[in-house]
Amino acid sequence: MSRLLRGALFALVVAYLLAPILVVAGVSLNPRQVLFFPPEGLSLRWYGAAFTDPNWYRPAINSLLVATFAALIAVSIALPLSYVAWRYRVRYTNVVMAMGLSPFALPPVITALGALALWIVLQSYGRPHTVVLSHGAFLTTLPLATLTVGLQNLNPQLVEAARTMGATGSAVFRTIVFPYVRPYLIAGFVFAFVLSLNEYIIAYMTVGFTFETLPVKIFASLRYGYSPVMAAISVLFFAFAVVVFTAVGRAGDLPRLLGADERE
Amino acid sequence: MRLPLLQRNGRQPSRRGGGPWPHVLLAWPTLALTVLFLVPLGIVTALGFFRRIPAGFFEVGFVLDNYARALDAFHLERLWVSVTLALAATLITLLLAVPFTFLLTRRPRRSQVPYLVLVLASLSLSEVIVGFAWSLLLSRTSGISNLLVMAGLMEAPVAWSPGLWAVILAFVFVALPLAILSLYPTFSRLDQELPEAAGTMGAAPLVGFVTVVLPLVRRAVAATAALVFIFVLGAYVIPQTLGRPAHWTIPVHITDQAIMKNHLPLAASLAVVLLVVSSLIAVAIVLLGSGRLARAEPAGRAP
Repeated sequence: MSRLLRGALFALVVAYLLAPILVVAGVSLNPRQVLFFPPEGLSLRWYGAAFTDPNWYRPAINSLLVATFAALIAVSIALPLSYVAWRYRVRYTNVVMAMGLSPFALPPVITALGALALWIVLQSYGRPHTVVLSHGAFLTTLPLATLTVGLQNLNPQLVEAARTMGATGSAVFRTIVFPYVRPYLIAGFVFAFVLSLNEYIIAYMTVGFTFETLPVKIFASLRYGYSPVMAAISVLFFAFAVVVFTAVGRAGDLPRLLGADERE
Repeated sequence: MRLPLLQRNGRQPSRRGGGPWPHVLLAWPTLALTVLFLVPLGIVTALGFFRRIPAGFFEVGFVLDNYARALDAFHLERLWVSVTLALAATLITLLLAVPFTFLLTRRPRRSQVPYLVLVLASLSLSEVIVGFAWSLLLSRTSGISNLLVMAGLMEAPVAWSPGLWAVILAFVFVALPLAILSLYPTFSRLDQELPEAAGTMGAAPLVGFVTVVLPLVRRAVAATAALVFIFVLGAYVIPQTLGRPAHWTIPVHITDQAIMKNHLPLAASLAVVLLVVSSLIAVAIVLLGSGRLARAEPAGRAP
């Protein structure tokens, strides 16, 4: 492909991914309660409102709590599962592995409806732990994927060598496997955290407005009255994701965490 | 379905039984995923046959009314709209993602990082924010049509949302990062010198890409297509906010029945129909990629 065509394709994809967020950023700077783009003037008051208006910061705190615990649950499922699948020969591992990977092979609305039905049957619909557990199981796929990649990149001869030297299973895990997969574990945690923070349909169907998360709050405002605060919050979300993923990229090798080979 | 990311590459220690340990380790993952993933799917399947109680949720029973309604003319037409919208979005996504990911992985690792950060940040953006952002971008008061008017390309600003293209553009926006990340591992493991080799043999760059690279990544492209198709087919917020009622997909009606109309059994039967249809199409896409459906064609050329 010629250099011109290549440049045009990169420009198109980058513009496509950035255009909506640029418009939202422009709208968030309007000094009055209007959604003009280009903005009428420049003001940061809506960013202030996002932090001082309890209608907005309460859902934000709810979201942060849900995302933290959900990501911890996702990792607590993914780490033993990926390790056993890599290390041992246990017949039903493949079945459990398939369960861990399939949430992303289902239309998301079905996962959400399943969560709604489960919590109604268990009579805890609307309680905060429901969204945490359902997010945790749904997002297990992400740390499972990063950890599986990490374990595949680990040189098996290291493990064999340790074993011949008499290291026990837990010593091998503590001294070789865990330190090696730690960046993949952190990346998996971060992916699950950020996706939980942004997840709408499961949160809506498990807790809805009784334990309002930020996406549920934004969606409600989308239907019953736009406000520039929504634009400010959207920009903060995007900026947060960029900072977090840049940090992951700084701490570790992002291409490798996403599945590129180990060379270079 | 298997993510291309997880294909085994044989770099494993010799695996063994390990006594009770692996079972102890697997107890929590098995329990959690069974209760939180498998059981809910079972409940949804059963729920489709239950009776609705107007004042409450539902009562156990075995009726076929819900499935009859889920398969009536109205919902079948909605299903058709949902599938064609998702297929269109999948096709456009692949046309952008395949060449982009290929070219991205030909770059030095370090210069890929900013693009990967942008892709990850876009992927994590809430569907709600995406719907909001595109509704602004395509609106009359704050949309890009204002910029086109300023540039003298248009007479007056127009509203492009809600509308069919608004839905498709936003679908492609959420699908594009997912497709790029799903293609990334396979593409970055391709031999860096392949296209150059094709080039020295005299193939034009595009010809080299189509004849040399594409056959090697066919499976990954098909798996990505299936993943993207299912993801888009299950989207709720985008068709709801950016489409007219004519573009409302099955997930909009599932959510509407489950939350607004309090008719869980109908929502469940719609979900089961959606699940069956989406799985069949996803399997067909994956088979197409593995070449099993296309095998008849080269056989005709055999001497």
